[in-house]
Amino acid sequence: MTETVAELPPTAAADLEPQTEQDLSEAVKSLRGPVRIVGGDTQALRCKTDRKLSVAGLSGVTLYEPGALTIVVQAGTQVSEIEGLLEGERQRLAFEPIDYRGLLGTDGAPTIGGVVAGGRSGPRRIQAGACRDALLGVRFVDGTGTIVKNGGRVMKNVTGYDLVKLMAGSFGTLGVLTEVSLKVLPIPAMTATVRLEDLADVDAIKALSAALGSPYDVTGAAHLSSPDKSLTSIRLEGFEASVRYRCGQLTQLLSRFGAVHIDDDPESVSQSWSDIRNVRPFHGTTDDVWKLSVTPSDAPGLVASLPDGIRSSASSVLYDWGGGLIWLATRPGSDLRASLPDLRGHATPVRASDSTRKTLGMFHPQPAPVERLSRQLRARFDPDGRFNPGLMHA
Amino acid sequence: MEMPAPDPLVLLKKASLVATLKDVLPSDAVISDPVETRAYECDALTAYRCPPLCVVLPSSTEEVSQVLRICHDMNVPVVPRGSGTSLAGGALPTEDSVILGIARMNAVLETDYDNRLIRVQAGRTNLSVTGAVEADGFFYAPDPSSQLACAIAGNIAMNSGGAHCLKYGVTTNNLLGVTMVQMDGTVIELGGGHLDPAGYDLLGLICGSEGQLGVVTEATLRILRKPEGARPVLMGYDSSIVAGQVVSDIIKAGVLPVAIEFMDRPCIEACEAFAKAGYPMCEALLIVEVEGSEAEIDEQLGIITEIARSHNPVELREARDADEAGRIWLGRKSAFGAMGQINDYMCLDGTIPVSSLAFVLGRITELSKEFGLDVANVFHAGDGNMHPLILFDANVDGQLETCEALGAEILKLCVEAGGCLTGEHGVGIEKRDLMDVQFAPEDLEAQMAVKDVFDPKWLLNPAKVFPLAVSQDRRSASIAAQ
Repeated sequence: MTETVAELPPTAAADLEPQTEQDLSEAVKSLRGPVRIVGGDTQALRCKTDRKLSVAGLSGVTLYEPGALTIVVQAGTQVSEIEGLLEGERQRLAFEPIDYRGLLGTDGAPTIGGVVAGGRSGPRRIQAGACRDALLGVRFVDGTGTIVKNGGRVMKNVTGYDLVKLMAGSFGTLGVLTEVSLKVLPIPAMTATVRLEDLADVDAIKALSAALGSPYDVTGAAHLSSPDKSLTSIRLEGFEASVRYRCGQLTQLLSRFGAVHIDDDPESVSQSWSDIRNVRPFHGTTDDVWKLSVTPSDAPGLVASLPDGIRSSASSVLYDWGGGLIWLATRPGSDLRASLPDLRGHATPVRASDSTRKTLGMFHPQPAPVERLSRQLRARFDPDGRFNPGLMHA
Repeated sequence: MEMPAPDPLVLLKKASLVATLKDVLPSDAVISDPVETRAYECDALTAYRCPPLCVVLPSSTEEVSQVLRICHDMNVPVVPRGSGTSLAGGALPTEDSVILGIARMNAVLETDYDNRLIRVQAGRTNLSVTGAVEADGFFYAPDPSSQLACAIAGNIAMNSGGAHCLKYGVTTNNLLGVTMVQMDGTVIELGGGHLDPAGYDLLGLICGSEGQLGVVTEATLRILRKPEGARPVLMGYDSSIVAGQVVSDIIKAGVLPVAIEFMDRPCIEACEAFAKAGYPMCEALLIVEVEGSEAEIDEQLGIITEIARSHNPVELREARDADEAGRIWLGRKSAFGAMGQINDYMCLDGTIPVSSLAFVLGRITELSKEFGLDVANVFHAGDGNMHPLILFDANVDGQLETCEALGAEILKLCVEAGGCLTGEHGVGIEKRDLMDVQFAPEDLEAQMAVKDVFDPKWLLNPAKVFPLAVSQDRRSASIAAQ
């Protein structure tokens, strides 16, 4: 068991491991110098300090009401613990956050605080919404050690400004999350995948658009383009008769693109979407891996426009969110952004050497007025620059 | 309702302000005649009125930017206004403010079915967004009950909801991007056709900020393909506790209806007298609607009616055709009109955790007796967004005040039960002074820090959202700086 931080001398450069929100607040108040906030440290984010402030000690479920589709948990709670608890009631985190361990070769256990701070959302984002859409409320400690709450545990809440959205995806730079409340959804009775093979990227994205523009409630729309083979996958979930009906309708709708196959084997369906969610095709390779957020129909053109040599030969491109999310590999150290001057969206080097990430910046540069607002917000929430210096807008 | 005293220095500037505004806007876009500005002296919270200094009706983002820059430089407060349908006084002017009405900006700029989005000018009404795409089988999901009149700009300001949020979410879940003008005239673009922000989620922060951080002039909205069909089922129970249990059991069973509406006895009686929809007289009535193909609807309703039956309903009525579906919805849709027939009413919109439904309804009944005013409840049960309607007579001295006092108690009750003051109407001036029931001073300070960043002079939509005493220092600092 670690000592509580309040007992450490304020000048000690030891890592901090508070066990309660109050401890954390006291620790931040007496901080000299910056810290890097970690939960399970599975995303391996680097900033200008190595001194860690771990939130893993703040763990536990505060409240779970299956009939209200809500769960309130402390930020350091492991995602696996939450998923296990939800599964017992046939519920789940609908935004299916990516687990970075496979891609980044990290170990440790992902925490819900890390998921929320990183705004991590998987394939179901297109239908069930992102992590930020499921996030109903937060408690956090700002850079002055003040404990702040916003939102709550109800689904409709417009009381005051929505700092909940601001905190989701702010990577700890505005405050340390201590507790989050989340909307959860039922696990459907059945899941099936409608598949097409060997479509050109441009046709695949058209097929995904057609499926997403249909009334058949698609909950996953991905295309894996590999040198030897490509696979276009559309996920349907719900009660069995309904899933079977919609599989039939989509088969008709998409037959103009090629032969349509249905996969309804629970294990294979589950594994294939887990592979998409965790970007399996890039596990264990040595290239840099970039994530691009774009307008879906722009996606194939953007990938095709990349100059020879920037992408590693024989590597895959994974399109998720109907094309709106692109994962691709580049030769180490390449500046993908420089090759995409007309990008409507943004590009992030998720896996790259520390020096590459430092040179290029993890976060896509923003227009000056937006950058100015962001910096000012950060300066207000963390005036002494204690949290994750060097990350995001600082 | 207390409003800050107008700044005399601003009042003195009226003539020069109007002249400067006329330099950048067509003459019919600047209204300064007190007779004509009367149309803008209140929104749908009609109990409070105040004529503005003047009204401007710009036609482009560029004009909005020029207006804001002028007002910023002259230190004149600005109240942005969509269609003026706020029930919370979100567009109530102050005497020293300019109303910036966005109604003339109502064009569709782009429809893109491949990417399932539409880009509109923000003065466009909610329903006419769907109107622009429905011939092609698409719709815009958030559907506040004022959707015929309310503007997207106001929907974004208040993060409006509607009856179908359980499945489709509220405005913030369907908003992909905005063009927004800051108080100093700076135009910024947030979001667009891509889903995630590059940095902080400023789009999420803007949505629901009640027009206090900037003026949204254009919006990119997510559109969805219309489901193949929809069908409601009606069920009546002789106890609201049981009805609450039914709601919870339906949700736990893994069915996600698009809407679960709840009405209590006073509301059923009023609606029945008004619309004669053939509702059963009971303590609690639920209308549950599901969507999909015929077979899918049958499957979902099969599960729902089985749950409903297991709780011994006094009535269970499934719609067999469109006509019967219409009759099921008829009473619910005329609820507000029915109440208006009986009396004046105040509509609250606090949200509670669904699990506290029976407790909160019981307490509301007690409070209603204590204050001597009837309360009818009609609300979105799936998401806990209540709409207690307090009936009063505005012509009887003191009844408005009693009504407001009862309303405040009910909203405090919602917060105590683990919920919030407002689920979809916004704070405006109406719930401004109750904010410290829900938030500690540090919580409000964090929100006001955001306001400081976006609008350092505190000129945008003054005297809303934050209790006047809490925002006092910031507002007076801004006046002193002139």
